[in-house]
Amino acid sequence: MLEIKSLHVKLEEEDKAILKGVNLTVEAGSVHAIMGPNGSGKSTLSYVLSGRDGYRVTDGGATLDGEDLLAMEPEDRAAAGLFLAFQYPVEIPGVGNMTFLRTALNAQRKARGEPDASAPEFLKLVREKAKALKIDAEMLKRPINVGFSGGEKKRNEILQMAVLEPRMCILDETDSGLDIDAMKLVADGVNALRSEGRAFLVITHYQRLLDHIKPDVVHIMSDGRIVESGGPDLALKVEAQGYAHLQEPAA
Amino acid sequence: MTAALDSKRKAAEALLHTLPLPGREAGWARDARAAARTRLLDAGAPAKRDEYWKYTDPSSLTTPAAVVDGTGDQPEMERQFGEVHPLRARFVNGRFRPDLSDGIVQDGLTTVTLAAVLETDVTFARGLFGTLEAAGQEKVARPLAALNTACATEGLVLHATGPVARPVHLRHDQIGAGASLIRHLVRVEQGAALLLLESGVPTNAVIEIDVAEGGTFQHVRIQEGPRARAASHLFARLGAGAQFKTFTLTSDGDLTRNEVVMEFAGAGAVGHIAGAVLAKGDSHVDNTVFVTHGAEGCESRQVFKNVLTDNARGIFQGKIFVRPVAQKTDGYQISQAVLLNDGAQFSAKPELEIHADDVKCSHGSTTGQLDETALFYLRSRGVPFAEAEAMLVAAFAEAAFEELADPDLAAAMRGHVARWMAERGRAA
Repeated sequence: MLEIKSLHVKLEEEDKAILKGVNLTVEAGSVHAIMGPNGSGKSTLSYVLSGRDGYRVTDGGATLDGEDLLAMEPEDRAAAGLFLAFQYPVEIPGVGNMTFLRTALNAQRKARGEPDASAPEFLKLVREKAKALKIDAEMLKRPINVGFSGGEKKRNEILQMAVLEPRMCILDETDSGLDIDAMKLVADGVNALRSEGRAFLVITHYQRLLDHIKPDVVHIMSDGRIVESGGPDLALKVEAQGYAHLQEPAA
Repeated sequence: MTAALDSKRKAAEALLHTLPLPGREAGWARDARAAARTRLLDAGAPAKRDEYWKYTDPSSLTTPAAVVDGTGDQPEMERQFGEVHPLRARFVNGRFRPDLSDGIVQDGLTTVTLAAVLETDVTFARGLFGTLEAAGQEKVARPLAALNTACATEGLVLHATGPVARPVHLRHDQIGAGASLIRHLVRVEQGAALLLLESGVPTNAVIEIDVAEGGTFQHVRIQEGPRARAASHLFARLGAGAQFKTFTLTSDGDLTRNEVVMEFAGAGAVGHIAGAVLAKGDSHVDNTVFVTHGAEGCESRQVFKNVLTDNARGIFQGKIFVRPVAQKTDGYQISQAVLLNDGAQFSAKPELEIHADDVKCSHGSTTGQLDETALFYLRSRGVPFAEAEAMLVAAFAEAAFEELADPDLAAAMRGHVARWMAERGRAA
């Protein structure tokens, strides 16, 4: 589903290479985890894939179902089925959560040539998903993420994911700032979305999230490359040994 | 006399000569006109080097040609005020057209033409016509307002003596090229309440509003159209405990200069002045506000939001002047601009002049782009760029609409912003 080949990325502002040849294939139905020390390029990878400004791809590329992902505008990537759950969800005063989510859903449907969700249909969908994530209906009436706690923001990300039903979900340090109960709630939300046609790329610094979202494949990223890949056991190894041994240049 | 002053006086004389002198009027009106002519000649026509016109070149407003042939077609759109259903008084090419107007007789409101009032002796009008305008020139010359007092013959005089049920909409259409000079007078008596709507852009418009003790007045104005050049002045005097709100939405227009001059004359009054500016192309929109706290315990608030793109320019000059007597003044002022591209510009000149020691006054101004992180967040969820931009612009402008007491009017203003942004999205 997601195919990343020899992806090299520099920061636009300064001539600094962040990703130095990332290769990764995520098949439909699978959950991949990327672990790695701070500054290894994990978040950059998520931003480049979702189309944030400020990065320059100097070599390689990424495709989603064979389509050149990096050539698309961010909104087109979303319509194509890509979703990034942000590490730091943005507060947007003045834009209501529900208005935003409905606009997003219908814009994606329109881009795919599907009919709009009617207001009652949309409300029913959101209520159902919000209930599962224990998100208060009152919270949804507020502007996007304004006055939300860290945990509420992360749950709101998962709610958006549940409503928009993307096929390729990237979770960028969704566990950061969450206590164990909130993390379990978020993990349950993610697990409920696991299906044959959907894939996940879970970026995390710690192994603990992976106790709740069981990955099929674990990758270790260091200095802009994937330096090791393996089964779920690899995460446990990292937890036990830390990343220190990776700090040596790998190639 | 210096050469500069001399040329300003000559320019003022030229302006006066361009306009016909009003005909037979009552003595008091003739006196008011003569005094205004003197004010205009003494101040001279506004010139680019005047401090008060530092950011707005007045030349296109002050040449005799501009006064005769100022503005192109400005036909008004229907239902600009959304679900609010006012009684409408219509002006076409600067003339009141009763044949095109609703009968605006209502309980608690009398309406007569300015011409009729100036021919007779109406007590409250005597204390109003040219009086607030003259008082408003105490600290700064406003020659274009004096020109209006000297020459304007068209307009309405509204006298609210009780709560007025339906809003009154003064609508101005310009068909073909031309200029218009409009003067309205409003008196709101104790316990009376009036909502006045205005649309269209006369070349030179002055409205004097006198709100008596305990009166309530709201004014909502829409100025739209690419070819407009306009100077407007609103003079308000608020009695004790009066409630006053004015809001102006300006979208585009070659050159717009709106001056709002408000004086608190009685204690405990509240006056809010707000505006939203949507400007593209080479539009230039200047909101200039002067608030005088002349009584104790009054609250003033200025909230201006500017959305600027292309080569548009937005200006805000806002002053809070607190007289020694005006203890416990609460004055607030904010002007903000969002620049949607690199060519747009915003200039703000906030000023406080405080002569009382127990006051609370604050001001702020910001200029910036839309938050790129927020824009990306919305787009990453599938919201197309133009819609994402429109959502953030709507959120930015919202604080100005919060100044509108009527939710239907606020909704109508949001609709204007959405349409303007949609047009921009289609053009992109």
